[in-house]
Amino acid sequence: MCICVALARASVLQPFRQSARSAVSSRLFLLSPRPLSTLAILEHREGRISAQSFPVVTAASKFGGPITVLLAGSGSKEVSTQAAKLNGVEKVIYASNNAYDKGLPENFAPLLVENIKKGNFTHVVGAHSAFGKNILPRASALLDVQQISDCIEIKDENTFVRPIYAGNAIATVRSTDTIKIVTIRGTAFSPAEETSSSATVEEAPVDPDAECTTAWVSENLTRSERPDLGTAPKVVSGGRGLKDKENFDRLMPPLADALGAAIGASRAAVDAGFADNSLQIGQTGKVVAPQLYLAAGISGAIQHLAGMKDSKVIAAINKDPDAPIFQVADVGLVADLFQAIPELTEKLNTGNK
Amino acid sequence: MTSLRILVPIKRVIDYAIKPRVNATKTAVMTSGVKMSMNPFDELSIEESVRLRERNGDAVQDILAFSAGPAKAADTLRTAMAMGADRALLVELDEKRPEEIDLEPLAVAKLLREVVRQEGCNMVICGKQSIDDDSGQTGQMLAGLLGWGQATQAAKVEVQGSEVVVTKEVDGGEEVVRVKLPAVVTTDLRLNEPWGFPISCQRRYATLPNIMKAKKKPMEKKTLADFNVEFRKRLETVEVVEPPPRQGGGKVDSVDGLISRLKELGAI
Repeated sequence: MCICVALARASVLQPFRQSARSAVSSRLFLLSPRPLSTLAILEHREGRISAQSFPVVTAASKFGGPITVLLAGSGSKEVSTQAAKLNGVEKVIYASNNAYDKGLPENFAPLLVENIKKGNFTHVVGAHSAFGKNILPRASALLDVQQISDCIEIKDENTFVRPIYAGNAIATVRSTDTIKIVTIRGTAFSPAEETSSSATVEEAPVDPDAECTTAWVSENLTRSERPDLGTAPKVVSGGRGLKDKENFDRLMPPLADALGAAIGASRAAVDAGFADNSLQIGQTGKVVAPQLYLAAGISGAIQHLAGMKDSKVIAAINKDPDAPIFQVADVGLVADLFQAIPELTEKLNTGNK
Repeated sequence: MTSLRILVPIKRVIDYAIKPRVNATKTAVMTSGVKMSMNPFDELSIEESVRLRERNGDAVQDILAFSAGPAKAADTLRTAMAMGADRALLVELDEKRPEEIDLEPLAVAKLLREVVRQEGCNMVICGKQSIDDDSGQTGQMLAGLLGWGQATQAAKVEVQGSEVVVTKEVDGGEEVVRVKLPAVVTTDLRLNEPWGFPISCQRRYATLPNIMKAKKKPMEKKTLADFNVEFRKRLETVEVVEPPPRQGGGKVDSVDGLISRLKELGAI
């Protein structure tokens, strides 16, 4: 009985306590504003900064404070010189320890946490990539911070815009945490460019070298001469309408080559085994926003639209005139793709000569 | 082999096939009168737990389905039990209290940590994201709070002795990691097919005997007050709007028409 009363009282008082607390904290904030400073987490592979990391620096610049870049793993010292040239970067810190080579969250998250604390950063930005999605929430929990995922716009130092419900709604949220940890959607921010100026490069002040209970075993990455799907200016994408893997492999690569495009696929095409899962575009796959998105044999389910509807120009080839894809396509061709794709490929190739 | 006590967190969300609508006051997406279902990634989690049992037999001691949500989340947990979970725990949220509406991932992770401790679980299998909030954080946060290993976006899960070997979906392909138990695994779409394959031949959980059996399985109910966790909201929703609609640009009737239109638009 006593417990019940105590609980009831606690819950009744809670809103008041909260408002009192936020009033105090905002007053404190006015009296002694903690200077803004942003840590940008960059990824690198084979001696180069990964494509998805350049927009991270641009997003970090939206906060207005100085930007420090963190790189970790063997080769990070060498890559630091490339990062130091990126527009807006003031300092690069690196942890040249091969324990971080595979981006395992069990030791990478503590590295982030310790350096965020040590550097007294107010904002932390990473890509909403496989790496960022894996590591940043773990670091957020260790810092007792509610992360903001897949942010598409930074309104001010506390206010963020992000898609929810597969992009069917856009939420603006204000964070009350003292450290803002954000993952950003790469296609929503322009990639940071190299400038002639150069930031200072230092070894990261802390390397906790935490014990890692997880071991990396192997990887199997799809090698391709084509542009990277996530950042390609043009994407051609195939769906269930291609009917089988043979057709997909026969029709899509020549069309992609004729346009200089990356190849994507709908979830239906991936599930049916036409294409590798890493090519999947949609809520559960990759999000792309190229200059041109050409959808062939894709009906345009909500799940798929979530991954491509911010493309500049959408073209669709589908034999069903009522396919929902035509409601969003800037140009639609109702045709049998087994005739239309080879014809399109041939005419593009002739035109390019 | 380490015996497994698996916790499967489940979220009741708007059905994936429904197009969500923003409410008139632009504060949230409308959920009343809308068809709700189990988050599709959570179906994969339940299915994978059941398959782990099928593959490893007695090693899987317990499959506990958990949800924090409105009273109706009990239906979602019944579905989980019809799919093969042994029992369920529902933390019934009071939708009249603002801090209990749409618990944030950090709060859910803190709640799950308590559940793991109370129930003695040594493996958590959860979806990689919920299709409403699309944050993709809870599993990783929980692993961090517990100090456990994690394997996210799993396409294949194999328990070997005291470790779990997971093939993960990563950008550009896949990666294999070996995680020491206890561990948190988050499920990706390729992991399994809870709907049976081909779709028409088998629906594991929708069979009448399974549904009848699920009614007899135990479901415990608790409230947030039963857990010593701080549930303060960290994010204030300023507004929720629908994205600017995209207007279709009409159709052309030939490949030549397509090419010339794309040239006009400056796309090629």
